[in-house]
Amino acid sequence: MADHSRALVALGDPTRRAIFERVASRPSSVVELAHEFPVSRPAVSQHLRVLKDAGLVRDRAEGARRIYSLDPAGLAAVRDYFEQFWRTSLASFRDVANRSHEEEP
Amino acid sequence: MTTTNPPSTSVRVETDVEAPIERAFRVFTEGIATWWDPDHHLLDGELLSMTFEPRVGGHIVDRYADGRECRWARVLAYEPPNRVVFSWDITLEWQVETDPAKTSEVEVAFTAVAADRTHVVLTHHKLERHGTGWESMRDAVGRGWTLARYADAASAR
Repeated sequence: MADHSRALVALGDPTRRAIFERVASRPSSVVELAHEFPVSRPAVSQHLRVLKDAGLVRDRAEGARRIYSLDPAGLAAVRDYFEQFWRTSLASFRDVANRSHEEEP
Repeated sequence: MTTTNPPSTSVRVETDVEAPIERAFRVFTEGIATWWDPDHHLLDGELLSMTFEPRVGGHIVDRYADGRECRWARVLAYEPPNRVVFSWDITLEWQVETDPAKTSEVEVAFTAVAADRTHVVLTHHKLERHGTGWESMRDAVGRGWTLARYADAASAR
């Protein structure tokens, strides 16, 4: 399975998506996350492992703990998709807005 | 027009238009049918109209010749002429998403640069909420995505 495919499959689980959103907004350790979510520490670790395998989060050692944070490459594909969509759409919008201005008496 | 990719789950696109801010806002919202790509609609069939209901709680509605209506966005903020926010109630398989928790949001901010020039910043965020259907999207992106092609692929299932 390609990385970007794996990414959204990983995000299909509501708890995992919530953990991802939390990690994306603030890098955190497993212990911190386990405090905030109604799931066990091993379950949090498992969710983080899936997210990491999917390229959505990365971790680094900070003393004895591992800090998880957003992996910026993870959602690049879905971003590219919408970026292309909106770039094209906004160009059309600009053309119409410019034109309607010229037509004003 | 420039595009930047912050390391986040959002897309940001911006442009300048040669129009006063009130007009820029109106063209984007109530005039959406004048610039939206006619191929960018969810259902097959003849499209009669595309309407942006100009109020919080309104929808963007596509109406078809056979009477069907497709509401694919909820207006979450409506602050003319400065800002509008609507939900993106569409799955990555290009169907209407009925679960609000799985929808992303589009925020459009208008700033007057001069009397007849407006800076428009569109941010499509919370993209991580689109958690399903990624394989078909990958295929669409991988072969040089256009929506027309994607609609063909989706309807061929």
